[in-house]
Amino acid sequence: MHQPSTEPRRSIYHTYRVHPAAPVPAGGTDDAPVVIVGAGPIGLVTALDLAQRGVRCVLLESELQVSEGSRAIVFTRRSMEILQQVGADAAVTRQGLPWRFGNSFYGTRRVYRMEAPYDAHDRFLPMINLQQQVLEEALVELIGAQPRVALRWGHRVVGVRDTGDGVALEVDTPAGAYTQRCGWLIACDGARSAVRQLQGLKMEGDAYEGRFVIADIRVDLPLPTERLAYFDPPWNRGNTVLMHREPHGIWRVDYQLPPGETPEQALAPESLKARIDAQLALIGAAGAPWTLDWSSVYSARAMTLPAYLNGRVLYCGDAAHLLPIFGVRGANTGFQDSQNLGWKLALVVQGVAGRALLDTYSTERVAAAREIVGEAGRSTRFMTPPTRGFRLLRDATLSLSLTQEFVRPLFHWRTSRPHEYLASPLNSPEDDDRLFDAGPRTGAPMVNVRLDADRYLMDARAAGFTLLWFGTAEALPADVADAARAWRARGVALALTCIDPGQADVWQRYGVRSGGAAYLLRPDQHVCARWFAVTPHRLDRAMRAALALA
Amino acid sequence: MATLTLSGLEEVYDVLAQAIDRAPDGRSEVFLAKLALLLSQEVGDAARVAALVEVALQDL
Repeated sequence: MHQPSTEPRRSIYHTYRVHPAAPVPAGGTDDAPVVIVGAGPIGLVTALDLAQRGVRCVLLESELQVSEGSRAIVFTRRSMEILQQVGADAAVTRQGLPWRFGNSFYGTRRVYRMEAPYDAHDRFLPMINLQQQVLEEALVELIGAQPRVALRWGHRVVGVRDTGDGVALEVDTPAGAYTQRCGWLIACDGARSAVRQLQGLKMEGDAYEGRFVIADIRVDLPLPTERLAYFDPPWNRGNTVLMHREPHGIWRVDYQLPPGETPEQALAPESLKARIDAQLALIGAAGAPWTLDWSSVYSARAMTLPAYLNGRVLYCGDAAHLLPIFGVRGANTGFQDSQNLGWKLALVVQGVAGRALLDTYSTERVAAAREIVGEAGRSTRFMTPPTRGFRLLRDATLSLSLTQEFVRPLFHWRTSRPHEYLASPLNSPEDDDRLFDAGPRTGAPMVNVRLDADRYLMDARAAGFTLLWFGTAEALPADVADAARAWRARGVALALTCIDPGQADVWQRYGVRSGGAAYLLRPDQHVCARWFAVTPHRLDRAMRAALALA
Repeated sequence: MATLTLSGLEEVYDVLAQAIDRAPDGRSEVFLAKLALLLSQEVGDAARVAALVEVALQDL
């Protein structure tokens, strides 16, 4: 019998709510169109997204409370845009700490200052820091108001069986076991995914040896919210230390361990104390009083499943891929998975599209993960050199950086950014992408535009596809409007938004110079076609491609 | 004189690291000295090489 802990997790800044275990469904069996396993940030956002699209789902969580410790603390602009689509952005901006600068130090000298680009047309800053469990708590609140999601605390998946037309799950709970059936199962159960293990799937990629301690402390430091990276500091020669400011007076201190040290040794109180004191001394806060909230040991991995659709089981977030924390690619990649999956699965469940559309979830997101694995591998090799050769090059770069500007950008690991689905089969086979000299490319996410003081182009909730038509509503050809109406009659939401010539910023940022141009946006805000002149025929072809209809 | 782009520099970084790992045990210094001679020949300017040597000697 599954017995999750009923003790609230300990934290000096967050009060954990322990939820009662959900009852076993009447009759010992239940059926739902979609079951999601794991109520972490990715599972919660996926459930909200599906519910918003009209899909009923069951969300199974083996614990009775949200996750322990701050874990993912940095959320990118793209993540905020995705959270905005499920109504969760305000919870983050209200509590989070936005930032855009990163500083790299060699020894005690700052050798590089990274400035993440920020445009007045963006609603959100490049990064915002908030503890993961605080975000999860806000998402749980939203789920509570969403009648299409049944969130079951204390329900642990112990068996997964593909039944051909669905999945049968064996679920264990404090009150006994039951069978949960579903048409589709989404595994959002994290790095140690039980579903992945039950299906016997193996990830591909690299595990790195360098280990980091992650420690959250409450300390009063008069520093702005910026990333601090210390290479080869005097107290931790040859290793790396990172610091991030979190809300609630908390600082994250990550430091690399000397080779050969075990996690137990590293997390011993006297070891933590000596090292955190040394790091505080390095930044000029020697003797500052601090209290430990949470600590853990981490080693970088850059791995992915080769496919995220296996029978009727879909993989999302860390259950699908393990990405190094350098460059904030964990949760931020997971949100993009979730957003890519939601609309596709909804259309399949609703019978409008077929399995071919779900296959593109796998191909698009595996390609994104592989791209990230490549980039993350580079930053990880700099942070924790895997061989003597990489260590020598790293040390040479650090030494040169004191006098030579040209090597300093090597310090800047590329931060998570949205993948552009440039080669996706969902892109229209014949659009005018190459003729545009500005604007988001076909496959890229749309770009934001500030419309007035507190109104942005991307604020609209994308219930479905959107045709951004450049021109006045009166000039919109009746046959294009009819074509859009015909798709709606088939059960595919397709909204028409007219961008009046008076909205010069939108015209300019989308590279449009004359009326009649159009962008077709997928429900996940990625462009799937753009034209200098749209016709009903071109719109229909693009819609068929975007739905993976033959 | 032409300089490397950032992606070119990143490529060189990986190539050099992997080359050091490919050199037999204890021979990476000789490998790096040979490479320095080859690059000097390409630069074709002894005074320039001597100036770069001084830069590389700093902060060791």
